[in-house]
Amino acid sequence: MAKIAGIIGKKLGMTQIFDDAGNLQPVTAVEAGPCYVAQVKTVGKDGYTAIQIGFGLAKKLNSPEKGHLKSTGRQLKHLREFRVSDIEGVEVGHAIDVSIFKPGDRVDVVGISKGRGFQGGMKRHGFGGGPKTHGQSDRGRAPGSIGGTTYPGRVYKGQRMAGHMGNARITVRNLQVVEADVNRNLLLLKGAVPGADNGVLEIRKTSKGGRK
Amino acid sequence: MSKDLKWLVSQEPNPNIAPLAPGATVKVGYRIKEGDKERTQNFQGLVIRVRNGTAGSFTVRQVLYGIGVERTFFFASPKIERVEVIQQGRVRRARLYYLRGMSAKASRAKLRSKD
Repeated sequence: MAKIAGIIGKKLGMTQIFDDAGNLQPVTAVEAGPCYVAQVKTVGKDGYTAIQIGFGLAKKLNSPEKGHLKSTGRQLKHLREFRVSDIEGVEVGHAIDVSIFKPGDRVDVVGISKGRGFQGGMKRHGFGGGPKTHGQSDRGRAPGSIGGTTYPGRVYKGQRMAGHMGNARITVRNLQVVEADVNRNLLLLKGAVPGADNGVLEIRKTSKGGRK
Repeated sequence: MSKDLKWLVSQEPNPNIAPLAPGATVKVGYRIKEGDKERTQNFQGLVIRVRNGTAGSFTVRQVLYGIGVERTFFFASPKIERVEVIQQGRVRRARLYYLRGMSAKASRAKLRSKD
């Protein structure tokens, strides 16, 4: 089969294990796969090549979704698309499991970060806040100056201010696979991944060349 | 930790670690690497804290040349060769941090053995 780029999983949480050298490693446990190919995109039909895969069991699907997944014969809950150049031999319904990864591989993980709501500049951008003493009052968490005066007469676009934080698509790159257990559909990744427990993650081979 | 992932990462309790409780005087054999040689280093002292769970650990306190030394070991660490309990002292707290402020003599008096 063609080179499969990635897999969809669910974050189970973090724990720690010891490696062979006896050093403690922080790991994130991910229930990854089994995923099934839901659609194969081709140059002729879609203008580019990609594989859409699905994960999990949906309780309910609306009719367009049912129609889309009819040929897979499954009720897939989460669909994600992975760009691959080689779709030779990939067919709808093919299963993908964690055997595409092995310990030592480097992966990128995409998830939705925890939502923090509307946050001030100190939390959102790491601003220092104002002085606590020297006669100051009500300036403790203020952002400070946000620009000039008559010139330029406006606040520049992109000026960092308070606002909505979190709940964004975040990619963490170059994480190391510590363990890939096909029987339990379990993936252990070194370090933290975005989002809360039970969040849906996209895990793909890293796009970073970098060190091995 | 938000969730118990014990079922995930299989952990056989190390049979060479004797059951521990705060107040016990223990000898810990810990493998250390010196250059390319490996040897076992013994650390003897008093257990002042035991933490359970997947990341369970215990802290051993010893007074060396008048300086208090505390080392924390993970139960799951493969570097622990063995843990022997030498004596079990009678204590009334789970965390024996109050011993830090005491002289060795005073802490010995506190821990006169059970009977």
